[in-house]
Amino acid sequence: MNILVCIKQVPSSSNVKVDPETGVLIRDGAQSKMNPYDLYALEMGLSLRERYGGSLQVITMGPDSAKAVLMEAIYMGADHGYLISDRRFAGADVLATSYTIASAIAAIATQAPFDLILCGKQTTDGDTAQVGAELAEFLHLPHYANVQSAELTKEGALRCTCLLGRELLTARLTLPALLCADGEINTPRLPSYRRRQAARKREDWITVLSLNDFADQDSTHYGLNGSPTQVEKIFPPEKKAGHVRLTGSGQELGEQLYTLLQEKKFI
Amino acid sequence: MGKLVIDASKVNAQTAAQLVALCPFSAITYNGETLDISAACKMCRLCVRKGPAGVVQYIEDTQAPTVDKSKWQGVAVLADATGGTLHPVSFELLGKAKELAAVTGQPVMALLLCDQAADMPQKLIERGADTVYIYEHPMFRDFCVTTYANAFEDFIQKIKPSAVLVGALSRGRSLAPRVASRLRTGLTADCTMLEMKENTDLVQIRPAFGGNIMARIITPRTRPQFCTVRYKVFSAVAPNHDAAGTVLRMPVSDSWQDTRVTIESAEMKPPEKDISEADILVAVGRGLKSAADLAKVQAFCSAIGAQLACSRPLVEAGWLDASHQIGLSGKTVRPSLIITLGISGAVQFAAGMKSADCIIAVNSDPAAPIFDIAHYAVVGDLYEVMESFLKKAEEHSHET
Repeated sequence: MNILVCIKQVPSSSNVKVDPETGVLIRDGAQSKMNPYDLYALEMGLSLRERYGGSLQVITMGPDSAKAVLMEAIYMGADHGYLISDRRFAGADVLATSYTIASAIAAIATQAPFDLILCGKQTTDGDTAQVGAELAEFLHLPHYANVQSAELTKEGALRCTCLLGRELLTARLTLPALLCADGEINTPRLPSYRRRQAARKREDWITVLSLNDFADQDSTHYGLNGSPTQVEKIFPPEKKAGHVRLTGSGQELGEQLYTLLQEKKFI
Repeated sequence: MGKLVIDASKVNAQTAAQLVALCPFSAITYNGETLDISAACKMCRLCVRKGPAGVVQYIEDTQAPTVDKSKWQGVAVLADATGGTLHPVSFELLGKAKELAAVTGQPVMALLLCDQAADMPQKLIERGADTVYIYEHPMFRDFCVTTYANAFEDFIQKIKPSAVLVGALSRGRSLAPRVASRLRTGLTADCTMLEMKENTDLVQIRPAFGGNIMARIITPRTRPQFCTVRYKVFSAVAPNHDAAGTVLRMPVSDSWQDTRVTIESAEMKPPEKDISEADILVAVGRGLKSAADLAKVQAFCSAIGAQLACSRPLVEAGWLDASHQIGLSGKTVRPSLIITLGISGAVQFAAGMKSADCIIAVNSDPAAPIFDIAHYAVVGDLYEVMESFLKKAEEHSHET
């Protein structure tokens, strides 16, 4: 089974603020990490490859620095990484992002098609949980989200269990297919020191793709131009006017809180 | 629609340094000679608006074609009928749809995909739908996203609603992106506010860029405009038993069933004690020093009769499981009281709880953003506050 896992580099800290005076975004530090939800998808993919053989590759979209998350996945056990990087993709919304990743996957698949594409539940910076489903649509694949587990049937179909709210659903899909793994469904393995050492001896772990590699070369389908949604304005979250501030020592505060809850008849 | 262009003649060490420092996404780099914008650019255009004049310019391309908006009319709500009963988020969305449609004087529609409609259409009319469109067929008994998407697409192609509101439940979160991308239109996830412009553009407001920022998002060139909204973000209106509406049964094609997918089993699990249904919550965050201290928080919860919840860092640390998590990556809650302990209040978290009737925030940092949305700001150490509170509660129990 040839598996492709979609991953993303996200900021380590979510302490982005907007200066209320100037409207300027302030981001603390430039540290980044792999989106934590992608680790579960990666672990699911690595276990499937161990069980059924085949390959596992990873793909991400972002600036050159996003190679770091591809390498982290390679240290965990991925065979190869693809970085989709092009300034013409800047400002992409969900639709343009999904279309870009789908175009890249289609371009790679002309050489080596994939049986299974795995995504995480959502990212911790965009928090939309929509790219996986849109990607499945652009690639014309059946898909399920909130996937708890997956296995191959004797006939070579994919059986997956998903938790859709309170509904536990087991479905059988023909391959190729796309699954979005739920969070906390497994314990992601750590990057291996041995693989990290071995990786130094080779430099061809990552392939970089740009618009020039895609079948659809029309730049209006990508980035800001290919995005039907537009951010009209960004602004700091509203503040509640005139809240009551309690101050004092810890002991006084605890007592004030007790009195407050009594007054409000919560206790 | 356009692109950013750098005027090389205006680039010098000073302007370059300003721009590099200004970009919140570290997308602008300067090697001492040329200034470059990398693929990290999110086209926020801050460099154009706030940077040194004229160095980075936004060049408009030819205007992209826009649909004829007058051909797309009304606000549609996808009803969620998992397990044969309407989820209350459907009623919340109908209430909001009625407000939005009133601005443009257009109708409110409900779309119902199910295997047995029973009295569900009537309930949707009572909650605000002018017309209910039903696709009733055994293929909709269990959820297959592509089968559902085929019917959803049929509805949109035939009825042409201007805006479509979908509840951000498991089914809606898979279905909305599938259909929006099929129609090459925009979709905004987890909106916390919606407004309608007179030109039928839907203003979708949600937290953005993973930080403490809100964004107003529009879909100006395409229709329909898709958005998802979480449960408990809007309020449902009371049912009006005298409301009149039309029920239209839509033809279903057997070819819509996706033969690549077979559902082997589907079972409803018994309802768990869910934080989104709790009346009183205590939410704990990064201010908690160790997992062992959760016992103290549990004692505090018991004293108030509250259910325990948390912010994302505690789930990432593995101290509590995801069912406790409030926020955009967790659940949205609307209790009558929420007490937050050691939570700074990132917008990601706040979006999941700010409609609570009473918010009491305990945090040692007087500048924590959580205080901006709290009704009561308790500036102090959460351990000391809890300890003193529990002592007082114990004294009180001895007195009575």
